[in-house]
Amino acid sequence: MLTSLSRRAILAIYAVIIIVPLTVVAFGSFKTTQELFAGPFSLPHSPSADNFAEVVGGQNLGSSFVNSVIVTGISVPLTLFLASLAGYGVSRLKGFMSWAIFGFLVLGMAIPAQANMVPLYVLFGRLGLLDNLGGLILANLVSTLPIAVFILGGFMRTLPKELYEASSIDGSGPWKTYASIALPLSAPSIAAAAIFLFVIHWNELLYPLLFIQTPGNRTLPLALLSFQGEFQTNYPLLFAGVILASLPVVVAYVFLQRYFVAGITAGASKG
Amino acid sequence: MSIHPGTAAKHKAPDSQAAANAPKVRRRSPTRVNPALYLFPLPAVAVIAFFLVMPTLQAFQYAITDWNGFSAAFNYVGLDNFIRAFTNDSLFTNALTNNLKFVLLVVIAQTFFSLILALLLTKNSRGSILLRALFFFPTILSSVSVAFIWKFIYDPNFGLANSVLRTVGVDGGAYLGNDAQALYWVAVTQVWFHSGQMMVVYIAGLQAIPRELYEAAEMDGANKWQQFKSITWPFVAPATSIVVAYTTVQSFKAFDLILGIAGNPPKSSLDILSTRIYSTFANSEFGYAAAQSIIFMAMIALVTWLQRRLLRLTPKGE
Repeated sequence: MLTSLSRRAILAIYAVIIIVPLTVVAFGSFKTTQELFAGPFSLPHSPSADNFAEVVGGQNLGSSFVNSVIVTGISVPLTLFLASLAGYGVSRLKGFMSWAIFGFLVLGMAIPAQANMVPLYVLFGRLGLLDNLGGLILANLVSTLPIAVFILGGFMRTLPKELYEASSIDGSGPWKTYASIALPLSAPSIAAAAIFLFVIHWNELLYPLLFIQTPGNRTLPLALLSFQGEFQTNYPLLFAGVILASLPVVVAYVFLQRYFVAGITAGASKG
Repeated sequence: MSIHPGTAAKHKAPDSQAAANAPKVRRRSPTRVNPALYLFPLPAVAVIAFFLVMPTLQAFQYAITDWNGFSAAFNYVGLDNFIRAFTNDSLFTNALTNNLKFVLLVVIAQTFFSLILALLLTKNSRGSILLRALFFFPTILSSVSVAFIWKFIYDPNFGLANSVLRTVGVDGGAYLGNDAQALYWVAVTQVWFHSGQMMVVYIAGLQAIPRELYEAAEMDGANKWQQFKSITWPFVAPATSIVVAYTTVQSFKAFDLILGIAGNPPKSSLDILSTRIYSTFANSEFGYAAAQSIIFMAMIALVTWLQRRLLRLTPKGE
């Protein structure tokens, strides 16, 4: 349908559209505003880390980074843990109960976060979870548990039942079978779900925006969003913030690129 | 923000259940279910019931009140909030129109574009694999980061787009500053952000098509377009329905991107349902915000259902 030449042209143009803005951001973060405006494509001619020093020091991005690490570091394993327990239970239960429990857990995927933000805010207020990293962890857990159960439960149901039966004949109880059979065999789907959750939880904006008031409790995306008003056109500073906020995901992506694709598309296409 | 794949998920559940039940029908091992197994899903069920299902039901209750979120007193006002949204609140109807326009634009552009990219990169050559990784890359960034990158591209005075245009002697536009166009430019950003992800879904679909079909078609003298029309397109139909459903939900919820690119609250030409709900909420109109969020949820469900009805994309031979 397309000649080889036009095929290459389309791909090259799109590659440029992806690469150029990212390069400009990377170079720009080491420039002054004047230098960026004078020539967005040029290499920074006296590269300085001033922008980074300013975003880390003056603007709370340093403490936000720590907050993001704490929140993501707890919400991802916690979500995986509850989802794998549920997935295992559902894959071993039979008949109507198995179907009903799985359906109940997975149905939550149809509820967009904006739909229940008002009552969740009220509930968190009553439980003392506002302006608190624990609240963010809980909100992350709630919002992604349905899809995590869907991915892990879906996978665990495909494991041969004979393995579980053999394990119980050997005298293992359900807990031991979960830990020694179900979990290790589900490693590929757990890895895919982990990456999927990492990207979502690391980039989460709505819940911090709703729940967090104190600047010291902000996570990275929220701290970055607050730059929007303060530094309207100080692009080098915004760029330094963008780079800092993206660093962990980008580094992980460079090394685990294939798994990212598998993980994020598991979220997109397992439907 | 969490990701909600289309409703395809729920529709498939009963089928996989039927498969899971098969051994039971055969009565090969009539062992009783160990009651301890009910403990495993318990924590997840408790969390979902208490923090997801209960609040969602409560949203329906708040939606028929005039509660401001703080005072103990409030009145039940019936459907007033819903009537107000559609008849007496130009901010809401504006956000609704913007949102539908945005979804339509992004769904058409992204489906078309991600399919083209996938078609060009189906072969597992080194170059293709490298380009796939590159095109997928924006998906992992945060919406706020992507918003800032594109704010700079669109900056009318110093931005990347106009710098490039100036070198070829063209006067660039105001982009986001132009109210008639702003939504289109954000749609471009959204497509840049997520096309790579949808491309991968399409590549998986394309690679499952048996090669022999194309060889047979070629022998029959079918040209490339005919091959696309009668082999490729019907075979990637399931991928298309995933891409369309997922893109719909994703673009309904472009909340983060809009706040990042347009500020909080966004100006009216960029206000969509989720940002409007947030503004109503921030304005302490809890009852009214809850009603808007129910309309929002119903809107997503309706559009997704309509797509499934209209597209009826099922693979050939299934």
